[in-house]
Amino acid sequence: MTGINYQAVVIGASKGGLSALSILLHELPENYRMPVIVVQHIHEDSTSRLSSFLGRHSRMKVTEAIDKAPIEISTVYIAPAGYHLMIEADRIFSLSVDPRVNCSRPSIDVLFESAVDVYVDKLVGVILTGANTDGAQGLKKIRAAGGLTLVQDPRTAEAIEMPNAAIDVVKVDKILPVQELGCTLFKLGSGVREN
Amino acid sequence: MTEQEVENLEIDLLLEAIERRYGYDFRNYARSSLKRRVLRRMGIANLARVSDMLSPIIHDEIFFDNFLKDMSVTVTEMFRDAEFYVGIREQVIPLLKTHPFVKIWHAGCATGEEVYSMAVLLKEAGYYDRVQIYATDYNKQSLALAEEGMYPLEKVEGFEENYRKAGGKNSLSDYYRTRYESVKFDEGLRKNIVFAHHNLVTDGVFGEMNLIICRNVLIYFNLTLQNKVLRLFIDSLCHGGLLCLGNKESVGYTKAADYFEVLSKSNRIYKKIERPDSFTERMPSRL
Repeated sequence: MTGINYQAVVIGASKGGLSALSILLHELPENYRMPVIVVQHIHEDSTSRLSSFLGRHSRMKVTEAIDKAPIEISTVYIAPAGYHLMIEADRIFSLSVDPRVNCSRPSIDVLFESAVDVYVDKLVGVILTGANTDGAQGLKKIRAAGGLTLVQDPRTAEAIEMPNAAIDVVKVDKILPVQELGCTLFKLGSGVREN
Repeated sequence: MTEQEVENLEIDLLLEAIERRYGYDFRNYARSSLKRRVLRRMGIANLARVSDMLSPIIHDEIFFDNFLKDMSVTVTEMFRDAEFYVGIREQVIPLLKTHPFVKIWHAGCATGEEVYSMAVLLKEAGYYDRVQIYATDYNKQSLALAEEGMYPLEKVEGFEENYRKAGGKNSLSDYYRTRYESVKFDEGLRKNIVFAHHNLVTDGVFGEMNLIICRNVLIYFNLTLQNKVLRLFIDSLCHGGLLCLGNKESVGYTKAADYFEVLSKSNRIYKKIERPDSFTERMPSRL
């Protein structure tokens, strides 16, 4: 991963994701030089609470992704419950209420696949704890495009299915406990490079 | 060209063909969700490339009809986002009541669930008889279902729950009759609703509206088309008219931002404000 200037981080999380995300985001500085875009599977009524909860654990600004909002660095964006979140070529968000994918809306695959179209190999994909298989196909596409793929070590995950599904179909770059994933992301986006 | 640039070229050609062959213009739809839909249809049709869809799209009208169905947004339910309807009760209807008669436009009404939701609220506010509702969609099949006002019984339980969350005063069953496995809304709820075919992308201004409701339609458009449709809404609203968008939509990223004040941020209720400089000056003249 040395020398590559990644431009965005996309993260997928499901069951157990709240505590994993709060540990991971805690590692990132206020002036992180990438956007961090998150799909956390959650009940339809509760996204705004999710943003304020994660906001308390993050030095970066945390906000819900709104349709056609420009994507800015040093910001954590949360997919609104009940909507798929996608990224357009001009690096703005778009939403849809299309049918669920992998029984999920927002779906991690939908975010990851649209992010690959825009960021190609300048993308970091992260799969955290979860009890389904959403995100595995999206992570595979990130890997195929030359992006960086990170997965939470299933032995440290509250729910192992989602990390395992990703590891099964992708030759992932790193499998780490969530805090170390946070450190890896820190190094990628705060000017300090691994040599 | 990268593989992805080639695929984008193929999608461009497909949309160009559809526009010239059938008059439906999807060229300024938000590309990411459009692409997902195109690839899904390609998969169902067992085709290897987007350009393989060109021939059936051009020559096979049934194939095109299926594509059109894919492109129409019909994921909706009654009283979807209960809090929005609380906002309608508490903030919008009191404002409407200052007028002796109002016109409401549901733009992109799909299969009509939200139109009947609005009609119920107006009934319960004792204001229904002073309202004319126009419900429009570009998809004729959806519009026919909306006009019929019939919904499968299995969905109604969810509608009832949403209705209660939205502060419903009675039981939703006061407004419909059950027939076999469906319910049909009463004539008393339907009599002031006119269903009409209207395409936001290609058709013009619609009346002197006091309220326009257009929820989760603009998310499918790119900013160019959002600007164009919001221009259409500004021109279709009366002085001080109201615009309601979906909960995660905003006029804030469009050229229409300065033409509205926010009445409710969480419910995306906007009020048109008059401006001396015209919106058209900042937009290409063809818009």
